[in-house]
Amino acid sequence: MMSQQVDRSKRRFLVAATTVVGGAAGVVALVPFVMSMEPSARARAAGAPVEVDISKIEPGMFLGVAWQGKPVWIVNRTPAMLAKLPTITSMLADPNSDVPQQPENCKNGHRSIKPEYMVLVGICTHLGCSPTYRPELAPPDLGPDWPGGWFCPCHGSRYDLAARVFKNVPAPWNMLVPPHYYMTDTRILVGEEGKKGAKA
Amino acid sequence: MSASQKMLGWIDARFPLTSTWKAHLSEYYAPKNFNFWYFFGSLALLVLVNQIVTGIFLTMSYKPDAALAFASVEYIMRDVPWGWLIRYMHSTGASMFFVVVYLHMFRGLIYGSHRKPRELVWIFGMMIYLALMAEAFMGYLLPWGQMSFWGASVIISLFSAIPYVGDALSQWIRGDFVVSDATLNRFFAFHVIALPLVLLGLVVAHIIALHEVGSNNPEGIEIKAHKDPVTHIPLDGIPFHPYYTVKDIVGVVVFLMVFSAIIFFGPEMGGWFLEANNFIPADPFKTPQHIAPLWYFTPFYAILRAVPNKLFGVVGMGAGVVIMAFLPWLDRAKVKSVRYRGPIYKSFLALFVISFVGLGYLGTQAPTPLLNDIARLLSVTYFGFFILMPWYTSVEKTKPVPERIPE
Repeated sequence: MMSQQVDRSKRRFLVAATTVVGGAAGVVALVPFVMSMEPSARARAAGAPVEVDISKIEPGMFLGVAWQGKPVWIVNRTPAMLAKLPTITSMLADPNSDVPQQPENCKNGHRSIKPEYMVLVGICTHLGCSPTYRPELAPPDLGPDWPGGWFCPCHGSRYDLAARVFKNVPAPWNMLVPPHYYMTDTRILVGEEGKKGAKA
Repeated sequence: MSASQKMLGWIDARFPLTSTWKAHLSEYYAPKNFNFWYFFGSLALLVLVNQIVTGIFLTMSYKPDAALAFASVEYIMRDVPWGWLIRYMHSTGASMFFVVVYLHMFRGLIYGSHRKPRELVWIFGMMIYLALMAEAFMGYLLPWGQMSFWGASVIISLFSAIPYVGDALSQWIRGDFVVSDATLNRFFAFHVIALPLVLLGLVVAHIIALHEVGSNNPEGIEIKAHKDPVTHIPLDGIPFHPYYTVKDIVGVVVFLMVFSAIIFFGPEMGGWFLEANNFIPADPFKTPQHIAPLWYFTPFYAILRAVPNKLFGVVGMGAGVVIMAFLPWLDRAKVKSVRYRGPIYKSFLALFVISFVGLGYLGTQAPTPLLNDIARLLSVTYFGFFILMPWYTSVEKTKPVPERIPE
């Protein structure tokens, strides 16, 4: 038999409970749509490690390869370039590479496994432009203190020849050193760190 | 009763056609003293229609694919009959949209159209402005030229400045490790479906809110305060149709003369509407020597560059846009219109215009230390206009506002 009295508190409870459950279902239903915008399996597969022959890089020059669609540069630094690195630390924001923008085995004064071969992702840490390689000393447009390095044309960020960022520029960090290891003396694999104790 | 009247009666019994026409046009009473500045609302609507119509026809020939996009735009320009005209109407329309919207917003600023009771009209307007910026930004990627690619790379990287989630967020927006085919494809979806729907919805909300409270006017006087005792029609109001529909058509004619002149004689506007670097196909391994967004974003871009810190640069850029939404509450003056304000407000307004235009110019230039210092000074001026507003508008003595709109 129907009761004459409407139980309002029970009604409120049912309305609230239905709203919460329905609302939760609505939020969960968003998940597939949000996740569908993540990098696809194809994009992730295209980001596989890349093997590079570095024997043909002349001293002072660099070789560019693509890894995950990003420019990766391998620079063969001359002894003169390397000698300059410890002398300019006062101009740099993070001279000791304290920010983890490199694998552990590259956290040193030259930010590389072998001192002469600098491996880096050529993307400015400010807003993703690709900086220009400017190894020459003190060109007129970069000023008398320019020690050689990279200059980002977009917003004027500066990096030295170990891809360490200067003070008072928009870029916050040193440019990224990707995980990489030497497969042989002249071949490196970019994108993978290699086993512990592997040939350095 | 004539057949057409019968027909109308049949419809009105099922759909509020006549009453809607009356409420929004023939019996919507607008102040009788609208001037030049009041053309830009209806012109914005005209440009919106232009963008939607030309956009539909462009999608018939455009391919949202990184391998095909650049060539398909050139195909539209060279091989599709009249394709060049439709594309130039669309690209010129994008810039003219911002010209019209900036003038429309400035009108609000000088006559106090954002003030009580029109705060929501202003807020909806700001949301339209934000949606329009997203729409323009995503549309600019589609030709897949160098500026498309690097502009998108820079703007998406702005999100990576957010602590902790930034990198994952920008990767989610791109759908790849860098701007790629996946990014182009989804920007196409947002540009042609999602954002136009949002824009249309917001425009409707903007107009409904406006017609609920009634239009402001150059005097900043509320015409609803003095109504005819019998008809309840505002004494200083005139029906929107036919008076302002006809006036707006005059505005449309003049606008279309300017619009056509640009399309036919200078669709690139010397690089201001279409940048030279965008005639080079996108190359992920070669950044152009100088990246600048199109002119309508450059004031905020200049603020971003002026701050020598990534996170605070991005925050400053966002704040530069969002702070405008707070105008209705920042302005404490007793009067609305600049006509009844004193020299302090007028000076601040002049400084604001100088800083906005100045930043806009600097944002197009390559960064040098001197220009950076000027950009910093102008950024401080820009924010000063807003942040000091509660102070200078409340201390300044204003002139008495008449009860009725003067003849």
